[in-house]
Amino acid sequence: MSPETSVAERAAAEPGRPGFRKCPTTGLWVHHQADKLIKANAVVATVALLVGGLAAILVLLTRWQAVHLLSAEMFYRVLTIHGMNMLIFFILFFEMAVLYFASAVLLNCRVPAVKTAWTAFVLMVVGTLMVEWTMFTGRADVLFTSYVPLRAHPAFYLGVILFAVGALMVTTIFFGTLVIAKKEKTYEGSVPLVTFGGLTAAIIAVITLLHGAAIYIPTFFWSLDMMHVDPEVYRLVWWGLGHSSQQINVAAMVSIWYLLGALTVGAVVLNEKISRTAFVLYILFISMASAHHLLVDPGFSPAWKVVNTSYFMYMAVLASMLHGFTVPAGVELGMRLRGFTQGIFGWLRKAPWSDPGFSSLAFSVAIFGFLGGITGVTFGTEQINIIAHNTLRIPGHFHATVVGGTALAFMGVTYYVIPLIFRKQVAFYPLARMQPFFFAIGMLIFSMAMTFAGTFGIPRRHWDITFTGAPFGVEYSPATDLVIAVMAVGGLVAAVGGGMYILVTVWSVFFGKPMGECTAANLKGRVPPGVYEIPARELPAARGEPEPELEEHGRLGTIPGTMILVFVFLAAFVVYYFANWKLLSFVWKIG
Amino acid sequence: MHKTGIESPQSVWWKPVHRSEKIWFTIAFVWCMVLFAMMPLWHLKGGQNPSGIRTRVAPADYRARVEEFVKTYQVGEESGIPVVEAPPGSDIYLQAQMWQWRPVLRLEKGANYTLHISSLDVLHGFNLYPFNVNFEIVPGYDYALRVSPTEAGDFRIVCDEFCGIGHHLMVGKMVVTDGAAADAAPPTPRTPMQGGDR
Repeated sequence: MSPETSVAERAAAEPGRPGFRKCPTTGLWVHHQADKLIKANAVVATVALLVGGLAAILVLLTRWQAVHLLSAEMFYRVLTIHGMNMLIFFILFFEMAVLYFASAVLLNCRVPAVKTAWTAFVLMVVGTLMVEWTMFTGRADVLFTSYVPLRAHPAFYLGVILFAVGALMVTTIFFGTLVIAKKEKTYEGSVPLVTFGGLTAAIIAVITLLHGAAIYIPTFFWSLDMMHVDPEVYRLVWWGLGHSSQQINVAAMVSIWYLLGALTVGAVVLNEKISRTAFVLYILFISMASAHHLLVDPGFSPAWKVVNTSYFMYMAVLASMLHGFTVPAGVELGMRLRGFTQGIFGWLRKAPWSDPGFSSLAFSVAIFGFLGGITGVTFGTEQINIIAHNTLRIPGHFHATVVGGTALAFMGVTYYVIPLIFRKQVAFYPLARMQPFFFAIGMLIFSMAMTFAGTFGIPRRHWDITFTGAPFGVEYSPATDLVIAVMAVGGLVAAVGGGMYILVTVWSVFFGKPMGECTAANLKGRVPPGVYEIPARELPAARGEPEPELEEHGRLGTIPGTMILVFVFLAAFVVYYFANWKLLSFVWKIG
Repeated sequence: MHKTGIESPQSVWWKPVHRSEKIWFTIAFVWCMVLFAMMPLWHLKGGQNPSGIRTRVAPADYRARVEEFVKTYQVGEESGIPVVEAPPGSDIYLQAQMWQWRPVLRLEKGANYTLHISSLDVLHGFNLYPFNVNFEIVPGYDYALRVSPTEAGDFRIVCDEFCGIGHHLMVGKMVVTDGAAADAAPPTPRTPMQGGDR
């Protein structure tokens, strides 16, 4: 670390802090309670991922009409289980771990209010168990959205409320940790960018969880026949929870991109001002995206729809486009500063593709941007939503963002969390190195095929698209059979990747070898290389050397590779966006 | 000096922006403005907008309107569901209920109609096969959309919002005839809202 970042070194010179241990890779002081809370939340997240993943396979094998595994009743039940476990329990428990990491660990600070932290954890687990019980016993066949007036057992709503209260407590502890770290001067200067991103996620989490309370508390009373809930008001407020919770994911995922970049290749921050401003834009505008779900609803005016669905003139899209630039640019610049300066893409070829942290990062950025981002903005356009709403195009979009983007980034960072927090070697490390490739390529095929199937109008959340027993027949183009089969194959490949991840993490955590000495001799081939050969230490800033003058590649400047990549992205975006307007212009005149 | 995102930036980090970053920021901003401009533009120039005439209606009242509409214009019956043909320019009604669409609508190509959709029980979804036109149907709300079929044919209405165990049974029908009457009939009365919206 550089002489400027003397906090870590000063800490190293200290004789030791009771209740803390020193991380040999980052030089940070880690509070034992932070360790334990991160572990507990990560373990529950993995269990939820396993449950949700098994449900995913069953759902997939039912939607694959050639197999059509489950009965109608079981299909909707298992689909509810899949949605709740993946989108709520897996992701939010993991994010609680991220919040403890981004505050206490990165700031060398203790976790304040330890008892409250554990109470929050228990509340979240109890809430989860209540929801699981109602779902598994068939008392809540209402899908993830639980749209009123479909009715679930009151324990379903109460479970969600308890879970949300617990999560709200953890975000409060996160804010408290920032205050205490500042007060106790455990770091110098400003908080690191990754912490800033965590702060963004926490603020969006508060917005989200308050919406959750605002809708699930009345709905709980409605389920007891004690009050009325309007279905359209439910949709409006519920999406303040349902969509905004995916924006917590976006902020957490982008933070993890910066974190993984730093750990795997010594990626730098081009400009703190730009990256932080982009995070602030998320806070200000991204929650408006809940309007994406209400564009073809009868309850809202066109003006309301246009202003909200565009996150007020696409300011949150601007933020994502900035992060989508600064993350690869930071990787490129970091690699170039470390001496990988050959040609335009030399830095990308020489990047550590066998490090699962790096391959996850690269795939996560690409899938989130090219598939998730472009489809999301396009389908979230007021009029284009007419040819996208409630078709398979929508789950095609969000599997690219939440699974190919967020979940993959979380998986990548897990390979660093195992050695750095659990203090274990990564079990079956060669398997771990392949895992992101299986998962990413599977999800890529799956979500592309799913989105494409949706353009034929095939509905999402549907048990039988042959409509057996319906009064009138519907026959989709025979091409859709092929597209759905491709989707199934992609999904199964991704499921193999997901299974590999669970095997590696569970085995490492419960039966893994202790990490031992943090040297290449001891750890090579057993943990990701960034743990023992720390790339960030090769940066000029860390060595205390002046930065070398980087070659200018004409108009493309000093980071030409990233410039080319973002222009390819923009071209894809423009083509897809206008192609959809063209598609829309072919349908009936409607107004 | 460039540092990683897990280190605390020291002193003043409010530094000039990298040139490449500035270029990308400008392009991204312009693109966002294009994205934003497209929606109001399509309201003015485009033929497909989800605006409609949006009012509240009690499910019982909506059912009464549908029954009156069926009684007035019924021309037949198919699979136990009334077939209804209303003159061009009229208000036509579609009712969603677990797990049936009512009635079967017969329309004329090129004519203008105001299509009302609402639900008597839970949420349903209007999905026009094979055109992939989708609208949300919410009980308590009447969504009246000005439609003008551009093609003759035999269409289906698929429910695309989960509405319970019989969701997949919910398929309705809409028939668009070539409108032989079109040349004979007087010019279709255009509703004041036709074309664009507001």
